[in-house]
Amino acid sequence: MARMNMVQALNSAMDVMMERDTRVVVMGEDVGYFGGVFRATDGLQRKYGEQRVLDTPIAEGGIIATAIGMAVNGLKPVAEIQFADYIYPGYDQIVSELARLRYRSAGEFSAPVIVRTPCGGGIRGGQTHSQSPEALFAHVSGIKVVMPSNPYDAKGLLISAIEGEDPVVFFEPKRIYNGPFDGDPHKPAVPWSAHARGEVPEGHYQVPLGRAEVVRPGSDVTVLTYGTMVHVAQAAVQLAGVDAEIIDVRTMAPLDTDTLCNSVCRTGRCIVVHEATRFAGFGGELVATVQEHCFWNLEAPVLRVAGWDTPYPHAFEWEYFPGPARIAAALRQVMEAA
Amino acid sequence: MTLRSRLHVPAPPARPGQEPDFSYVQISPAGAVPRPETTAAARDMEQLSSQLVRVLDDEQRATGPWDPHLEPAELQVALRHMLLTRLFDDRMQKIQRQGRISFYIKSTGEEAVAVGAGMALRPGDMLFPSYRQQGLYMVRGRDLVDLMCQCLSNTRDMCKGRQLPVMYHWAKGNIFSISGNLATQFPQAVGWAMAAAIKGEDHLAATWIGEGSSAEADFHYAMTFAAVYQAPVILNLVNNQWAISTFQGFAGGESRTFAQRGPGYGIPGIRVDGNDFLAVYAVTQWAAQRARQSGGATLIEHVTYRAAAHSTSDDPSRYRPRDEWRAWPLGDPVTRLKQHLIGLGEWSEERQTRLEQELEAQVTAAWRDAQTFGTLTSEPRLDPLTMFDDVLQEVPPHLQRQREELRRLLAAQAAAAPAPASGVPAGG
Repeated sequence: MARMNMVQALNSAMDVMMERDTRVVVMGEDVGYFGGVFRATDGLQRKYGEQRVLDTPIAEGGIIATAIGMAVNGLKPVAEIQFADYIYPGYDQIVSELARLRYRSAGEFSAPVIVRTPCGGGIRGGQTHSQSPEALFAHVSGIKVVMPSNPYDAKGLLISAIEGEDPVVFFEPKRIYNGPFDGDPHKPAVPWSAHARGEVPEGHYQVPLGRAEVVRPGSDVTVLTYGTMVHVAQAAVQLAGVDAEIIDVRTMAPLDTDTLCNSVCRTGRCIVVHEATRFAGFGGELVATVQEHCFWNLEAPVLRVAGWDTPYPHAFEWEYFPGPARIAAALRQVMEAA
Repeated sequence: MTLRSRLHVPAPPARPGQEPDFSYVQISPAGAVPRPETTAAARDMEQLSSQLVRVLDDEQRATGPWDPHLEPAELQVALRHMLLTRLFDDRMQKIQRQGRISFYIKSTGEEAVAVGAGMALRPGDMLFPSYRQQGLYMVRGRDLVDLMCQCLSNTRDMCKGRQLPVMYHWAKGNIFSISGNLATQFPQAVGWAMAAAIKGEDHLAATWIGEGSSAEADFHYAMTFAAVYQAPVILNLVNNQWAISTFQGFAGGESRTFAQRGPGYGIPGIRVDGNDFLAVYAVTQWAAQRARQSGGATLIEHVTYRAAAHSTSDDPSRYRPRDEWRAWPLGDPVTRLKQHLIGLGEWSEERQTRLEQELEAQVTAAWRDAQTFGTLTSEPRLDPLTMFDDVLQEVPPHLQRQREELRRLLAAQAAAAPAPASGVPAGG
């Protein structure tokens, strides 16, 4: 076991897989010689050479498209889109091509491309470095959508993604790259080394896709969340003083409906928390799923706590961010309902 | 005088009711364009992008440095592929008009583009076509029944009823799945070629795009990545003059040729007579040799004319002169190759007639066979429950639930319907 932050864990996942499987190649803007703007690919080009760790032109559509072609030709590309906010030029290639190639060719062709991309706010990134567009991908048939909340999961999920045969959009909440974040920007930063999930095996292991995890057992109310908000929710639960069960969804698609709904049916109350904007957000899917399966067990309406439905404002980051106070208020509200 | 700008809106030289006018098409004399060494630097051959490589002259004799000197037997095979493509297209168009398939796209007038390139490449080379290169399937020998069954979305449909007609694929034949979204295949082919180079193989990729969809960003991605990594890929731009109703000026072809974009990226651009089988073959062979020598990509503009409608949903008489095709200065690729062979003493009108009859019979037999596997509207039908397969490698829980829901619904409908049921197997 080693102490790793999330960047190191992701780096280790790619390192392990490049070592084990010569088909794995890493590509993206600044990922090669420089090692990535967040250092996620640091050292990989030195170790595996510039034929397998490719710096690319600044062209997200070209990165996804060429990764598809490479995958069709037997490679396993792990493509980095430097910020999720920049993924849209590649959106057509992801939605129309990557997601549907297996389907449209009735299984004759497939492209198991992994698209890694840092997402989320809380880093003073303004509206072009803070977005959480997971709903735009979870809506698309034919891709898996993942967002880890800690180094252990990040490595295990990325290894599972690379070892799988399906395309995966892998969101990395960059606010928690270096340490868990409880939603209070004025507190000193906490490193992953102080967190149980900062302990990461150096070798190969998997965390399966499509499986949520109960990160805090509780009996009063279920909090469904993922990414950075897993940690913010824990602070909010302390603040509200409720015995909440917090579930880290981890994979948006395919969704682990059983784990989510078993919890809600037991607690009878639920809130959904994500950083992304609320309207038509992924939380809507979670709420709909919960009410379909748990309606007769519910004691209160299911509430959503999410980013306001505006672009991410640079100067009002902490008024925008769905922090512990807003989550705690929602928790109290569902607890007070008859 | 006030200064102000004025929006230029390109206009084609002729609209319905007007005289066709192709004076804008710059044509070099056959044999006049030099053939550089395949190892030459891209900057030393920029003239290839503004001239027009032609091998067959106006009497359909082969001439000049680009003549690939093919054996008559190979030319006869080429003629067979091109003619089969045309007859297949004609038959499928009729079948669509009879309402037995939903849609079709002909390649009439452009047969040499696909057949010439297809024959100059090796079986291990990967092809990323658009939807008007069915000639590639003829070259690589796909059973016509398979193509027809795809168009019928029947029980033998390679796409299992998931794609519009003509959106074929053939993994064993190294032909990539046709998307239906335009231009996306162009940078994908570059990625395939990059992988071939990473793996140190001698296979190359070839891809086709229309001049219209070369306006998409995917074209720029493909050119940039192909140039940056010197990928072994042949980038074919089929300039058939019309993108549905907009002429090639709307894709940027008014002041520069499409081939001239190549040198801008540091890639050789070759403008070729796309209705000249020998010329298409020769430039493809040149580009393939260059790619296999680590010389990187070549952009080839095939100057041709879309003689048919864009698709069966299109009526070109609403936007271009009805007889424009007859005025096309580069003629008909099938007729030209036929005349060339006759000139060589290796063919005759009688043999042409016999070949046409033979191929017609082949198409007829294939159609008879294809229908036995069902049509969109007649038995047998594909099991609708297969629609949940191949979304992901394994069927995930939510799709298993949805499949079960549809299974129950279909079973209930079958039980309620008067016998015989609509053919939907309740058990799936």
